[in-house]
Amino acid sequence: MEGGVAYENDLNLKATELRLGLPGTDESEQQSLICVRNSKRPLPDAGNECLPKGKSDAQHQTIPAAKAQIVGWPPIRSYRKNSFQQKKDEAEGHGIYVKVSMDGAPYLRKIDLKGYKGYPELLKASENMFKFTIGEYSEREGYKGSEYVPTYEDKDGDWMLVGDVPWDMFMGSCKRLRIMKGSEARGLGCGV
Amino acid sequence: MTHYRSEMSEDDDDRSPPLDLRCAAITTVESSPSTSSSTANKTRNCTSGSGPAEFQVAYPDQVLENVLENVLCFLTSRRDRSAASLVCRSWFRAEAYTRSELVIGNCYAVSPGRATDRYKRVKSVVLKGKPRFADFNLMPPNWGAHFAPWVLAMAKAYPGLEKVCLKRMSVTDDDLALLAGSFPGFKELVLVCCDGFGTSGLAVVASKCRTLRVLDLIESEVTDDEVDWISYFPEGESSLESLIFDCVECPINFDALEGLVARSPLLKKLRLNRHVSIGQLHRLMVRAPRLTHLGTGSFSPSDVVAQNDQEPDYVSAFTAAKALVCLSGFREIIPDYLPAIYPVCANLTSLNFSYANINAEQLKPIISRCHKLQNFWVLDSICDEGLQAVATTCKELRELRVFPINAREDTEGPVSEVGLQAISEGCRKLQSILYFCQRMTNAAVIAMSKNCPDLLVFRLCIMGRHRPDHVTDQPMDEGFGAIVMNCKKLTRLAISGLLTDRAFSYIGQYGKLVRTLSVAFAGDSDMGLRYVLEGCPRLQKLEIRDSPFGDVALCSGLHHYYNMRFLWMSSCRLTRQGCEEIARAMPRMVVEVIRSEDEEEMDDNVGILYMYRSLEGARDDVPRFVTIL
Repeated sequence: MEGGVAYENDLNLKATELRLGLPGTDESEQQSLICVRNSKRPLPDAGNECLPKGKSDAQHQTIPAAKAQIVGWPPIRSYRKNSFQQKKDEAEGHGIYVKVSMDGAPYLRKIDLKGYKGYPELLKASENMFKFTIGEYSEREGYKGSEYVPTYEDKDGDWMLVGDVPWDMFMGSCKRLRIMKGSEARGLGCGV
Repeated sequence: MTHYRSEMSEDDDDRSPPLDLRCAAITTVESSPSTSSSTANKTRNCTSGSGPAEFQVAYPDQVLENVLENVLCFLTSRRDRSAASLVCRSWFRAEAYTRSELVIGNCYAVSPGRATDRYKRVKSVVLKGKPRFADFNLMPPNWGAHFAPWVLAMAKAYPGLEKVCLKRMSVTDDDLALLAGSFPGFKELVLVCCDGFGTSGLAVVASKCRTLRVLDLIESEVTDDEVDWISYFPEGESSLESLIFDCVECPINFDALEGLVARSPLLKKLRLNRHVSIGQLHRLMVRAPRLTHLGTGSFSPSDVVAQNDQEPDYVSAFTAAKALVCLSGFREIIPDYLPAIYPVCANLTSLNFSYANINAEQLKPIISRCHKLQNFWVLDSICDEGLQAVATTCKELRELRVFPINAREDTEGPVSEVGLQAISEGCRKLQSILYFCQRMTNAAVIAMSKNCPDLLVFRLCIMGRHRPDHVTDQPMDEGFGAIVMNCKKLTRLAISGLLTDRAFSYIGQYGKLVRTLSVAFAGDSDMGLRYVLEGCPRLQKLEIRDSPFGDVALCSGLHHYYNMRFLWMSSCRLTRQGCEEIARAMPRMVVEVIRSEDEEEMDDNVGILYMYRSLEGARDDVPRFVTIL
């Protein structure tokens, strides 16, 4: 089977190739997938080339390889990458992406609120992302036991404590998240 | 793209051999008025006091020094100045007194104290910090490159300082406050790829630097402290000539901005961020018809515009902009508004569409008018067809950058060898190219090497790792080989795609002027790196990731490392022992082993090696994930 022909010379580059694909998946398998789905091209006979090299009529649906993203590759600075990701998502109606900032962190992150079922999951994810711990939430005292307090900016531009309103209402009104730290967090119910 | 001053470019003119290191050893050359070549008489101590030989001929010597200082003022090239400083002690002193611009390509190569001790009358400082691969999140944040010790030293030593340019430095609001308060005649602040500060720092600079002419924030991360920094510029006429803040992601107080522009009669460069709508842009353009450089902000209206709405006359605003030569912005472009820029196209030398998601059809009417264009940055959304249109019209093109909209590895992509071939045929004066694509052929790269002999910078990024020539299935060795062979002026090269050691042997054999080399996912064995280290005498900056080079290869460069600014190797096959050997063999190299956060401290395999020559030895601000061997 003609797979990625790069691997056919004696350097056996495939053995040293750095990939994060699942074991057992192969570029060759993915390429044959592409051929099969393209209704404009007759199914290949055994032994014929499956992939038209570079002469494809770009009409067929490419199924992009489900490769994991390698850190820092391609070498594009993240603000360039993010400029288009945001617009694409907004255009396609995918997800509710909000910025998450943490006091003292050099750069912000973005998360999709739709990816979480509720507050516990969201807070856990934030903890993992920025490597810190939030305290226990209580309606009366806010977050107790940590110097970090999760807050968000709502539609009116006010900074609110995360956790007070029902999750669905929160998803609809949250514009961005901010993990406040230390003395600034006082007064917003950090209970410290 | 004149985003960067010339001293900021990666191909800076500093081709100094280990002059920095020898400075430490310079001194007591027998000082006779007749200059003698100094190499025979170096000792290890650095003194600037007068030696016994001098006092007998004090008066003529003094005259000579005065004359010398007056002559040396005219010497601007750093390389020439370094050479002059080596002639003898009196030339060393004269040079130190007359150097007004200090350029430090690696902030850790020399300490602030040493620099301010030697150079007493500096008006302009350029400092560069982090290695470039840090831009791509390859190393944890907070690695270093802090501006703080520098601004502290300069505040004491250079009260007349006028200009500071920083690249990839960590700058805090406190640093900016100290800067703003320490230099009464401060004129220019340029921050390129910096981070650590926010709008509060900008506010202090705006309010306290009363003679500020230039405030350029380029590709920097600016925290939103929710301070309305634009309002902090003082009332009354401003001396601002350049205000660049397109990278600042926070909303801007437009009324304050408009007022500032209105009272800045000397303003020539204005680059707005994406929070400025096209309607607001119009108002600013009316206030500043003499702009030469304009960043248009979002280039879309702030609200939905209904059909019968009265919109400002954008065309006449651009028609009035007769001095405009450099156009950028278009951050959230609505292509319907593009025809507004037709009036300026014929004069444009520089056009940055790299945030504008436009297709070939939308590009064509613009580019067909841009006959004088020399710099063009664009997204691959224009496809090969758009590049063909560029090739047809832009005969003066010197620099092209094609960025990907989708920075992912894919089998198909909108631009390919077809676009590259077209550019090579149409734009024969091309000097610099950065091209992202999913697939490429050797033939197109070879064609470019022949059609564009003036190439200085060739950076090709085939985003699919290890991807061969997609027509012949061969490695991309021959293409890159042709580039180094035929482009005899080449100084910067970035390679990608499937590459064997053969590609490296070509680079070592023909790339005699190459100063900067970027390698990713390439090569088969240690020989690859050895070819380059043994073959490229001018190599200064070498950054390598995910390539199978090990300790043996690393050792093959011992003869050359002192000539280099830095070496970066990440995810290669280096071991701690190998790096320790280098550290032992080269006392003036700082050898940093950098771990990503989850790595074990005593791991034998080296995640990231970053090494650089330095007069200071190990730095004292090392974070916990860095070990200096």
